[in-house]
Amino acid sequence: MISLKGFITRFLSDPVAIVAGTVLLFLVLMAIFAPFLAPQNPYDLMQLDIMDSEMPPSWRVGGDERFPLGTDAQGRGVLSTIMYGTGISLLIGVGAVIVQGVLGVTLGLVAGYRGGWIDAFLMRLADIQMSLSTLMIAIIVLALFQAAFDANTYADYAIFMLIVIIGVAEWPKFARTVRSSVLGEKNKEYVDAARVIGLPPRRIMWKHILPNTLTPVLVISTIQVAEAIMTEAALSFLGLGMPTDRPSLGSLIRSGFEFIFSGSWWITLYPAIVLVMLILALNLLGDWLRDVLNPKLRRGDD
Amino acid sequence: MAMLEIEDLHVAFPKGKKAEVEALRGVNLKLEKGERLGVVGESGAGKSMLAFSILNLIAEPGRVSQGSVVFHGENLLELSERDIRGIRGNRISMIFQDPMVTLNPVLTIGTQMVETLKAHRKISDAAARKLCIAKLKEVAIPSAESRLGAYPHELSGGLRQRVVIAIALLTDPELIIADEPTTALDVTIQAEIMALILKLCREKDVALILITHDLGIVAEVTERIMIMYAGLCVETGPTHQIIQAPHHPYSAGLLKALPQFAGRGTRLYQIPGSMPPITALPPGCAYHPRCERATELCKAQIPPLEHGHACFHPIDQTEAAS
Repeated sequence: MISLKGFITRFLSDPVAIVAGTVLLFLVLMAIFAPFLAPQNPYDLMQLDIMDSEMPPSWRVGGDERFPLGTDAQGRGVLSTIMYGTGISLLIGVGAVIVQGVLGVTLGLVAGYRGGWIDAFLMRLADIQMSLSTLMIAIIVLALFQAAFDANTYADYAIFMLIVIIGVAEWPKFARTVRSSVLGEKNKEYVDAARVIGLPPRRIMWKHILPNTLTPVLVISTIQVAEAIMTEAALSFLGLGMPTDRPSLGSLIRSGFEFIFSGSWWITLYPAIVLVMLILALNLLGDWLRDVLNPKLRRGDD
Repeated sequence: MAMLEIEDLHVAFPKGKKAEVEALRGVNLKLEKGERLGVVGESGAGKSMLAFSILNLIAEPGRVSQGSVVFHGENLLELSERDIRGIRGNRISMIFQDPMVTLNPVLTIGTQMVETLKAHRKISDAAARKLCIAKLKEVAIPSAESRLGAYPHELSGGLRQRVVIAIALLTDPELIIADEPTTALDVTIQAEIMALILKLCREKDVALILITHDLGIVAEVTERIMIMYAGLCVETGPTHQIIQAPHHPYSAGLLKALPQFAGRGTRLYQIPGSMPPITALPPGCAYHPRCERATELCKAQIPPLEHGHACFHPIDQTEAAS
């Protein structure tokens, strides 16, 4: 394992990592502190005025100082909706990865350690799950959900549903990674030693083997957050994700898309830029993490 | 009744769909309280298999196909998983060959020690840590308090093996099985570690099964020897007796191969050939293809273990003396 000090040294010596890390940190802080930083609260209908709708960014003709990046069709400031929307996108991304991680790590650990028919069963299940596209599952479930409940119920549970659906649909990635690491670890002597000490299998799995398999899990977690945010954006763009009154970046892009031909390009463009920056930063960090944690690419000064 | 009695122990591994091969082919062993036994043989003779079967920890797909391991009147092979866990690491401890890999690299020494204690005792964290420090001091680890927070990679090989020994001693076991405890260490450290194990066993009256291929170590530490070849015990008896006058040609060969028996500047003796794999054992005595005393009888029948040796043509005392 790499030491914390070596980790920081490696981070500070890599310009790509610094830029990606800074962008990510900036976006995360922006999302967390949105209620204090945003010029308006886009969830508060009282603050909205239909007269403010479709205003261009403030530096263009017809712009207003209150709305630096212009407004959308409901008169919400694009900047404010982006700040709140980034938070929702991140929440769904991280939440879905936690669901994926918990499911995938548990099942992968059990499959790898127990072996035999349990392993065969779980891995075939993973194969089946992998052969169904995440988007397809999400579209079917969300469409059914939207049809079965009224719009208000849907709006209340949309975020929860998205987290669960994206989480459940992607567990095999974690399960396969963890299983293959466990297969490598479980024949090592420290596992024999733990069994000789008389520790129960559950403890050996969770306390002894799991920490030794976490490196690849950390790497795919980062990439999977980006993946989940993109999936959610795609679903929202199709009208199946977050409702327009609690927009994520994806639903912001969608809501602006209708107005792009009437000249209000800012409603779509700015959330799209933020989404691309967020995904790019996460992917670059994931790649960087993979290189740093790979002992074969380890440098002497770590 | 002896503390540990192993009778007719067979361990089998599947070969193909239906057939099985035996890694242990009927081993008998008796161990009294506080007795130190050396188990000697080449790699693949079944020494480690014997150790793991005592704790009923034969790795899949292997299994104990026959025999019993009776510890204080209880057959360990028939205990439930839960009950045997109460014996592993508690009343019977094990020390492995390579301390680089037997300690978990991501857990601190303290975590691993406290965990062992807590698996077997109802004990508070503070009391457990205190006991761990005491045990670390017993195995002569300097500044024991600060080592509890150390990770295995921060310690040298010798220190790590001392930690492993301390873990083995934590629960005051009645039997320690040491599987080549010094093989992975520097030569200079080997003697220290062996002396430590011997001292601790004597002080605490702990029985020891020392598995090794080094007859020199066995001669210093143990009271009795069991020599294994191809899954069978070929000779057993008091250490000094076997070292001085081995009956089985294999034991004699092993002894002759020790460097201290060769004159200065002469070639070291070597037993011709190598041990057959368990999948291709010759009929009769498994040692006969390498044995200079072998006859037709040896090729046809497996010699029974009688008078402490399993050989049709043992080297007798008068012959050895001449």
